[in-house]
Amino acid sequence: MAPISRGFSGRRRTAGDPARVPPGQYLTDDFPVLSAGPTPHTPLGEWSFAVRGAVDEPVSWTWEEFLALPTETVTVDIHCVTKWSKLDTVWTGVSVDVLLSGVETSAEHVTAFSDGGYTTNLPLEDVTGGKAWIAYAYGGEPLEPEHGGPARLLVPHLYFWKSAKWVRGLELREEDEPGFWETYGYHNYGDPWQEQRYSGD
Amino acid sequence: MAGAALLGRLNWQLASVVELIDETARVRSIALDPPEWAGQRAGQHVDVRLTAEDGYQAQRSYSIASAPEDEHLLLTVERLDDGEVSPYLVGELRSGDELELRGPIGGYFVWEEPLGGPLLLLAGGSGIVPLRSMLRHRAAIDSTVPVRLLYSSRALDEVIYRDELVGLSTDSEVDVRFTLTREWPEGWRGYRWRIDRELLEEVAWAPHERPLVYVCGPTAFVEAAAGGLVELGHDPGRIRTERFGPTGG
Amino acid sequence: MMDALDGNAIAGVLFDVFGAEMTTAIGVCAGCGSSRHVAEAVVYARAPGTVVRCRSCLSVLMVLVTRAEITCVDLRGLAGFEPAPNPLPREG
Repeated sequence: MAPISRGFSGRRRTAGDPARVPPGQYLTDDFPVLSAGPTPHTPLGEWSFAVRGAVDEPVSWTWEEFLALPTETVTVDIHCVTKWSKLDTVWTGVSVDVLLSGVETSAEHVTAFSDGGYTTNLPLEDVTGGKAWIAYAYGGEPLEPEHGGPARLLVPHLYFWKSAKWVRGLELREEDEPGFWETYGYHNYGDPWQEQRYSGD
Repeated sequence: MAGAALLGRLNWQLASVVELIDETARVRSIALDPPEWAGQRAGQHVDVRLTAEDGYQAQRSYSIASAPEDEHLLLTVERLDDGEVSPYLVGELRSGDELELRGPIGGYFVWEEPLGGPLLLLAGGSGIVPLRSMLRHRAAIDSTVPVRLLYSSRALDEVIYRDELVGLSTDSEVDVRFTLTREWPEGWRGYRWRIDRELLEEVAWAPHERPLVYVCGPTAFVEAAAGGLVELGHDPGRIRTERFGPTGG
Repeated sequence: MMDALDGNAIAGVLFDVFGAEMTTAIGVCAGCGSSRHVAEAVVYARAPGTVVRCRSCLSVLMVLVTRAEITCVDLRGLAGFEPAPNPLPREG
């Protein structure tokens, strides 16, 4: 091992309760901002959210239409592949189940796509059944741009790179297509409890 | 040649901390003795790696503040409020401690005499560090390349190396100017603007002189300063930039 | 882009991967064709990996991912990539 730096402990990190903190993670008090590119700033008047792809009829909502949909406030734990976890985070948003109700599809895969070109792929069953939301508020406040505002995907049971920031829609697909980080070597599924960080894990 | 990168490895080595110098309230210089140091080019940097007892590691890059001719390797570190490594380096590290580092690193943001001039150095905050190594190197080799330094800081007590920089301007070919952007002492007669096109028009060489420009500091500073120069007609190909910012995850 | 750095920030990791100083190398963007030193690219270093983008068009030039102390670099965003013979143009 590398020599120890006398007196250095680094950022405060605790392992936490293993029932709530997946292996290899530590708890953080702050909310680190990680980004693969510049923060987009789409004006709300130009924003829309679409469900498209392997569906009978694509559907989309403007920002006003989106806010008129049934919403939920949920308290969830989130886990970043860079090893920090945050417990009891509070989000407000529209359940993906609401967005997909009335959508006819035989697709089993979905690609979330965002402003700036980011994508991530998930099995359709991982964003349905009460497991995913399009969140537009964090901690009771409108979601800040650096954290993905105006709206981001929220899929807390997977590593947080799957919770695409600045999300603009879901594309349902018959075939799975690796998204941004999945293409560059991260795990295709990303279950933090199996520590599926990189492909092959 | 000292510091020239050849095909090979950048190996970590343990350097003893020889001396600590408080430059300002938030900034400290660290004098080091790396056991295997091949020398550096002015403007290069090192990577520093800290390891906690449980094996956790944090790594950051710091520009080398010393000239190749100086006795010790010097790093100058600014303590960031929410930093992880800088508070340790500025607050905890002691003489006699050992610091793991590797280098020298970099080949773009370097100056040596064959590259000529005239030199225009634009520094924002801690961006002065690699530019100071260039100025020391220039002095050590008795170069007569003309140089203008414009150094932007928030307040006078945040100006790093102030006495040394003022002292350098006794050389008739060295022009050092300070601009303060947030607070000004009583009777301050230096500049009071952020570096922008207007200030550059007054201070910098005209584009037809074709200065070699080095701009270093936070990203917003570099964008504004380099952008201002290009607007004035300077050749982007003669402008070298190095952006500083937090890299901790 | 005010949170981004530039290619100087990845000089060390590129040396690890290529065994040589690479920030003076010239990269040609596969997106827009612009040709620049790697040091001049826009670098997002706070991410699951490091994303290196073209300063002109912001398309991705390179992505670096480190796993168990081995760094892989994906260069598919570059149409060309060559060491610069002379880091700086010399005045005549």
